[in-house]
Amino acid sequence: MTGSESTFGVSTHKGILMALDEVNKAGGVKGKKIQLKNYDDQGQASEAVTIVTKLITQDKVSLLLGEVASSRSIAAGAVAQQYKVPMVSPSSTNPKVTQVGDYIFRVCFIDPFQGSVMARFAINNLKLKKAAVFRDIKADYSVGLANFFVDEYKKMGGEVVADVSYASGDMDFKSQLTSIKGKNPDVLFVPGYYTEVGLVARQARELGLKAVLLGGDGWDSEKLTEIGGDAVVGGYFSNHYSHEDQSPVVQNFVAQFKARYGEVPSGLAAQGYDAAMVAVDAMKRASELSPKAFREALAQTKNFQGVTGMITINEERNAVKPAVVLKVVGPQKFSYVTTINP
Amino acid sequence: MKVFQSAILIAVVGILYSVNYLLEDMVNPYVIRVIVNCGIGMILAMSLNLVNGCAGQFSLGHAGFMAVGAYTSATLTTVLALSPFFKTDVGVGCAIVTGGVAAALAGYLVGLPSLRLKGDYLAIVTLGFGEIIRIIFLNIEDVGGARGLPGIPPRANFFWVYLWVVITFMALLRLLRSSYGRAILSVRENEIAAESMGVDISKYKIVAFVVSSFFAGIAGGLFAHFQSFIDPNSFVFNKSVEAVIMVVMGGMGSLSGAIFGGIIVTLLPELLRVFEQYRMVIFPLILIILMLVRPMGLFGHKEIWELFKKKASS
Repeated sequence: MTGSESTFGVSTHKGILMALDEVNKAGGVKGKKIQLKNYDDQGQASEAVTIVTKLITQDKVSLLLGEVASSRSIAAGAVAQQYKVPMVSPSSTNPKVTQVGDYIFRVCFIDPFQGSVMARFAINNLKLKKAAVFRDIKADYSVGLANFFVDEYKKMGGEVVADVSYASGDMDFKSQLTSIKGKNPDVLFVPGYYTEVGLVARQARELGLKAVLLGGDGWDSEKLTEIGGDAVVGGYFSNHYSHEDQSPVVQNFVAQFKARYGEVPSGLAAQGYDAAMVAVDAMKRASELSPKAFREALAQTKNFQGVTGMITINEERNAVKPAVVLKVVGPQKFSYVTTINP
Repeated sequence: MKVFQSAILIAVVGILYSVNYLLEDMVNPYVIRVIVNCGIGMILAMSLNLVNGCAGQFSLGHAGFMAVGAYTSATLTTVLALSPFFKTDVGVGCAIVTGGVAAALAGYLVGLPSLRLKGDYLAIVTLGFGEIIRIIFLNIEDVGGARGLPGIPPRANFFWVYLWVVITFMALLRLLRSSYGRAILSVRENEIAAESMGVDISKYKIVAFVVSSFFAGIAGGLFAHFQSFIDPNSFVFNKSVEAVIMVVMGGMGSLSGAIFGGIIVTLLPELLRVFEQYRMVIFPLILIILMLVRPMGLFGHKEIWELFKKKASS
């Protein structure tokens, strides 16, 4: 809960804490209260490994919740797998995380899924059938999103008129954008991180490119509108959850969270909450209270109603669940548009 | 004498090997993990002590050399993995030594231009180099980039790490007692006097720096093959500072002090885990108090056995 992504860890912890308090108040699992052991890894993979070893061998936990960041989840996952204790990551989206072994699960969707979500959104909701893709070739994340976008878009009858790339850290995108403009696309899919996206948007508008901008959760930062200004307004991106979602589950969660902590829950808090709830649900269904039984139950999680949507765990131990689409409406304001099911 | 020494060596290896066996059977894996981390800390502290304590230079880039050792050895055993040989104990051992050599080479390249500087300037230059090395690994996709490199064969256990602790200790002790060591110490005491006595200052500074980098690389290689996962985040500036704290706490220039420093700085944060989020408030507090009480570090310039000798004679 310290280190470079400390706000992520703190938010997640709040979500988990709230979930477990609720469960324990309602009587716990099979008459037993759940005990939470929490350690801080300072954002260090080596610390995460030490802590997971301690949790498993000394504190004898039977289920692990964490880590937030993919690199730490991969490191810690290897230890969990070795001792055969199930681990549920709330928000590590890199596909490699659950490939560590059959005891590693996650309750968030993986990077590539967002690509197909945005393709469907462009065709079904926006009814735009000519797309250009502008990907960051240096980021796994961006390449994954772009590939799945192109596949799904073509499958649904759309046409990808241009597929060009940049490298994160670039400042000038005009040459690529000019070539995109020549193809005259309706939508421009930029699955990068907010810094480059902001600059791309600005330069696209300067060149007179009118296509609707689309992106993934890498856009989710207040810096996006700071860098991109008016140019990014009107763009859409996929995300894990929106506190504006009007469904009762979400509104109920938001109200409770506000009452407890006095702040609007971030996406990470919602995912922390869901990770804990999915774990508890599996514990309840497990044939006995052992890590092995928990693993079996987790693998069979189906249509679990979480705050971030219906969660089903597939055979790769990833969550199959809906994504929300948000629209950039103004400085640091994103509004909820729709939910897209897998 | 030769026979006697080899007998001791064999005895040490035997003892370490049997302790390793006993530990794995009887002690909780978490405790073993902490003990091994202490060992890696000791190697790190002893190697930095040669530059910061004995040669009197102030290096702040130790994590960078550790990173070179870690990534070089892990590349050999995991990314390239040319033959199954590299997954065996001996193969990993070779890879770790190669990592040490690569770190020594990096130390030579960094040391050559920067050791002309003194004091604060040298600290800043080494700090910069440490960061550069880390950023380079951050940008090499083949070794995982920011995501890190998983799946390194976990071959470094208690036995191997503590074998290297003994090797490092013996090598540095002998170095310090040789003419090289005396020359290095003279550089610390008074550069001008040393130079006027015909000591080639630059040469001995570089010798100290290269040897120190070599063992830092070894520590990095052991770290990689013990954690079985490395990422550039493991070798941030903080890690260099940690190494400096170990040396300063143990006493600048004291080899046994560095060992104790390595143990304390690794062990203390683990013991303080019960305090949860206040851990990183209490730990520095203890360091501050220790420095106020013993500004010269636990042992000062002296070795632990010298301290006892003095007590006995007085």
